[in-house]
Amino acid sequence: MKKILILALLLTLNACVTQPLRGTGDMGLIIERAIGRLQVVEHSNHTAIAQIDGLGDLSHASIVYSRDERYGYVFGRDGGLTKVDILEQKIVKRVIQSGNSIGGAISQDGSLIAVSNYEPGGVKIFDAKTLDLVADIPAIYGNNKRSKTVGLVDAPGQKFIFSLYDAGETWVVDMKHKQHPVITRFKNIGALPYDALITPDGRYYIAGLFGEDGMAMLDLWHLDKGVRRILDDYGRGQQQLPVYKMPHLEGWAMANDKIFMPAVGHHQVLVVNKNNWQQVAKIPVHGQPIFVMTRPDNRQIWVNFAHPRNDTIQVIDVDTLKIIKTLKPGKAVLHMEFTPRGEHVWMSVRDENRVDIIHTDTFEIIGSLNADKPSGIFFTNRAHTIGL
Amino acid sequence: MRLCLKPLKTSFLFILLLAFSPVDANQLSDQRQQELQHLVKHDCGSCHGMTLKGGLGPSLLPESLQQKPDELLFVTIREGRSGTPMPPWKSQLSDNDINWIIQFLRKGPTE
Repeated sequence: MKKILILALLLTLNACVTQPLRGTGDMGLIIERAIGRLQVVEHSNHTAIAQIDGLGDLSHASIVYSRDERYGYVFGRDGGLTKVDILEQKIVKRVIQSGNSIGGAISQDGSLIAVSNYEPGGVKIFDAKTLDLVADIPAIYGNNKRSKTVGLVDAPGQKFIFSLYDAGETWVVDMKHKQHPVITRFKNIGALPYDALITPDGRYYIAGLFGEDGMAMLDLWHLDKGVRRILDDYGRGQQQLPVYKMPHLEGWAMANDKIFMPAVGHHQVLVVNKNNWQQVAKIPVHGQPIFVMTRPDNRQIWVNFAHPRNDTIQVIDVDTLKIIKTLKPGKAVLHMEFTPRGEHVWMSVRDENRVDIIHTDTFEIIGSLNADKPSGIFFTNRAHTIGL
Repeated sequence: MRLCLKPLKTSFLFILLLAFSPVDANQLSDQRQQELQHLVKHDCGSCHGMTLKGGLGPSLLPESLQQKPDELLFVTIREGRSGTPMPPWKSQLSDNDINWIIQFLRKGPTE
């Protein structure tokens, strides 16, 4: 009896030192690219909660979340795929799955993680629970050459879609039967696709092209119609400027059926009518756009820029297509992330070792966190958005 | 008209090669050297990888550059390489800067 009492006492004590129960819907991870560390943050009180070390080379790293918003899957440049537990703030599992990788995606049902690789070129697909390899899809083209893969996204119907940088192709991988991936190849989509996005309704996959003007668009409702070129002449007759950083295609806006895209090699944001895929406007901006991101209510577009003009952010009003605000947060603004309903935006200012939190109506800085060379900021609500 | 182009191009390259000369690192201030080191790591790194082992662009590690003469690297950095995303850096980097970067790449990352 005495023993049982002591045991019960110990259990109670133990319960006292564990953390209080909490949800993860207001949490996120910030990548500290140079030192291979993550900061666990929460955006209800604008605070950093913990740090997770040991993630390798996190330059150009990105994150997707499990559908329970507890686990983050971190895709590092060094080929590392790391599963982290943001509640316990630790690494659950880490595998080095290639020599050089560039991002990933989580399947519709949350059971698969796909990683896009530069070296060796191709996509590998892993079990989300165990990180065991499920499928290896080398991006082979031409005379047995391997292409770097870019623009990997998830799509409805348990599909992954990606593009081949060197080959100019888009591949759709159907993973309904895990042991038997079914691959549909689309060739000649255009020269040097550098990234891609999928619309949040999961219908259109759009790859940006570096080697020529325009974008390659695939309607996933009508795969039989093949890839269609859009925005074919957005830079025609104009000298393209040197491109010091490739744009990213992620986050997009649809308001009055408009989509906003970065123009490669031009100081412009392109506006496209989604009904006929014609260009509606070119908005002159401060520099070459990198991220062109919509506030969750689709009322504003926030844009950051390539080196050497990367100390500036501009905000475009979707209604009037006018720039309504120019901010100078500091040197090297690399990424922005909106809170789920868009009242705040967090932005990483790499060379100032800071993450600023800005009110999207007043544009005031309402908070700031210290971070070592911060790059990507990823909040858990991404878990429930197609393509993120 | 076409005929004129080639000699022009050649002489242009020749002038470029004159500008190329191995530089004594001490010619650049400590501050400039630090700025360049930062630029190589983070801005060259956005395509070539922060550790310079390659990304969308090729590896810039010493063993990868072994077969490439300094002159070629100089022209590539200064003028860019058409048909690839490599941009010209001459608007941001002096010839001395470029020569310093080449020597820096030859030594390889220290971390």
